[in-house]
Amino acid sequence: MKIAVCVKQVVTREWPLRVDDARTWVQDRDASFEMNEPDAYALEEALRLKEQHGGEVVVCSAGPPRVAQVIREALARGADRAIRVESNALATADSGMVAEALAAAIRDEAFDLVLTGLQSDDQGFAQTGVVLAELLGISHATIIMEVQVVEGGLRVKRELEGGWFQWVSMPSPALLTIQSGINQLRYATLRGIMAAKKKEVRVVEPPADLAPHHEILELYVPEKAKQTRLIEGSPVEAATELVRVLREEARVI
Amino acid sequence: MILVIAEQRDGVLHRASWEPILAAQQTGQPVQVAVAGVSLASVAGELAAAEVEAVLTIEHPALESYTPDGFVAVFADVVTGTQPDLVFLPHTYQTREFAPKLAVRLGRSLITDCIAVKQRDNRLAFVRPMFQGKFVADVAPTGPAPHFASFQIGAFRPDAVTRGATAADIRAVDITLEAAVIRQTMEPPFKEAKQAVDLTQAERIVAVGRGIKAQEHIALVETLAAALGAEVAASRPICDSGWLPMDRQVGSSGQTVSPKLYLALGISGAIQHLVGMKGSATIVAINKDAEAPIFEVADFGIVGDLFEVVPALVAALNAEGGGSSGAGHP
Ligand SMILES: Cc1cc2nc3c(=O)[nH]c(=O)nc-3n(C[C@H](O)[C@H](O)[C@H](O)COP(=O)(O)OP(=O)(O)OC[C@H]3O[C@@H](n4cnc5c(N)ncnc54)[C@H](O)[C@@H]3O)c2cc1C
Ligand SMILES: Cc1cc2nc3c(=O)[nH]c(=O)nc-3n(C[C@H](O)[C@H](O)[C@H](O)COP(=O)(O)OP(=O)(O)OC[C@H]3O[C@@H](n4cnc5c(N)ncnc54)[C@H](O)[C@@H]3O)c2cc1C
Repeated sequence: MKIAVCVKQVVTREWPLRVDDARTWVQDRDASFEMNEPDAYALEEALRLKEQHGGEVVVCSAGPPRVAQVIREALARGADRAIRVESNALATADSGMVAEALAAAIRDEAFDLVLTGLQSDDQGFAQTGVVLAELLGISHATIIMEVQVVEGGLRVKRELEGGWFQWVSMPSPALLTIQSGINQLRYATLRGIMAAKKKEVRVVEPPADLAPHHEILELYVPEKAKQTRLIEGSPVEAATELVRVLREEARVI
Repeated sequence: MILVIAEQRDGVLHRASWEPILAAQQTGQPVQVAVAGVSLASVAGELAAAEVEAVLTIEHPALESYTPDGFVAVFADVVTGTQPDLVFLPHTYQTREFAPKLAVRLGRSLITDCIAVKQRDNRLAFVRPMFQGKFVADVAPTGPAPHFASFQIGAFRPDAVTRGATAADIRAVDITLEAAVIRQTMEPPFKEAKQAVDLTQAERIVAVGRGIKAQEHIALVETLAAALGAEVAASRPICDSGWLPMDRQVGSSGQTVSPKLYLALGISGAIQHLVGMKGSATIVAINKDAEAPIFEVADFGIVGDLFEVVPALVAALNAEGGGSSGAGHP
């Protein structure tokens, strides 16, 4: 089974985010970056499918040169090779443009299965995978929590709201958007990190004529709807006061 | 005209459908509502109570169960046929699956997870969260109309929908649908084996998030819960990592709770978590990041390191010998 996994590089969770001067994105020049969380689960799922059914796992990422970091990480975890769509123009791309760039980069490889995360931790449009399926002309299903390979295609467990699930079958080739928690992640070993250095990374340019589908006019901190009473002081003082408030004012303990 | 795509399953309307209807009404433009499936009379009747121009029903045996391919095919025809200026949907699991494909098939823009609509420099802009709710952005669609937008569940109050003086017209839309375009076969929805804990009955809940850092620290949370007479719950990543069982997860893909006290430890407050707990009577957040979105819904907060605050809380509770007794103490 020939599997492509699309991974996005996002600013790490712990990074203190600040809006940039243009007020349309965050200051990320000096930020540290990591693999978008559900994408890490998508990669793990691809590696497991390869272990069971054989084949190849190819990791794809689009963005400026620094996305090489998440590609290295994916290769160290076990992906066989990589495709990097590199362009600084992608730095202002929306999900539609990214999907078009990814589609152009992987179309000719005729993958049996394409995996993406269900949404990104930064913009979170939750569109790139679905749009990519349409551009590749293949079937798809979203928010997937289990993948079974069956005769002629796939049977997958789709998460629904409020703890419900549903099995869906479809022919290959197909695209699935993977939900966090589908499996338990493995981490890169030293051997994996060494081996990654020798793996092929194909760098391609995105198509020249990508047109945006939307524009961020302004990024800002939301207005607070509720007045939170912050309890100050040392940990001991704050804890004592909180217990008093919960007992005497809120009367919930 | 704004076309709203409503959602139903087995003849039961998804309540979130009212929210894009309200969003559409608030723009002042005429509104039509479309719904697809089989045996839609009752759902259509319910929708027709809203003040809208018309309710369009799209019935076909192949639409009995939702499939992304079937829905993209019929709604592409309906949108092309009705030529709306905008298409609004609820941001449900179902529209997440088919709406991006629908918009791309028609070569149109889709802005997902919106919480408000506004005019900005003579452009229509959609307000939506970014970076897991730490920021919001005003996003304007580009390219030709109709533009698509989906609305976050809970952003609008379903009961605020304006009702019409008389029921709206219900019109059946003629469609053709080749069963062969549908590649997916759906099995009936199910729930995993019965849950061991029913958090919805808990009076007090101590919920833990990724701020707890490692599985071995969960014991600290359990100690606090015991001192408060509370159940332990968690954000999704904690259950994903297997540190607590799935049936302790609160949020859109877990349980929805409304205890008297909800104490959130090291939880950032992503919308998928908030929808599961914001109905709690008293919400307390302990988080080292003063800007964490959890403080948006918290009544009381401590900005600090949970590894310092939680032991102090346990000590304070135990010192007063109270546990969950609730007895009055000075
Ligand atoms: C350095 C950088 C700066 C950026 N700055 C801006 C900006 O200022 N304004 C702006 O509007 N956009 C910006 N973007 C683009 C944007 O972050 C996304 O790549 C694009 O919009 C995808 O949409 P999304 O994040 O909502 O992804 P979603 O649709 O939520 O993502 C779903 C899945 O698609 C896959 N995916 C998404 N993006 C990529 C990718 N790039 N490569 C491989 N797989 C991917 C992942 O598997 C992901 O889980 C920037 C991108 C980069 C790389
Ligand atoms: C379709 C879908 C469904 C989902 N369903 C759910 C769901 O049902 N439930 C759910 O919870 N999530 C759900 N999620 C995931 C959700 O989007 C968030 O990713 C998740 O809720 C984040 O969990 P968290 O707050 O524990 O982690 P993080 O966002 O990583 O937050 C950790 C917090 O801990 C704080 N912290 C760190 N160290 C300390 C310390 N020492 N002391 C105090 N504070 C500290 C940090 O400041 C941060 O605010 C879903 C996502 C999707 C896309």
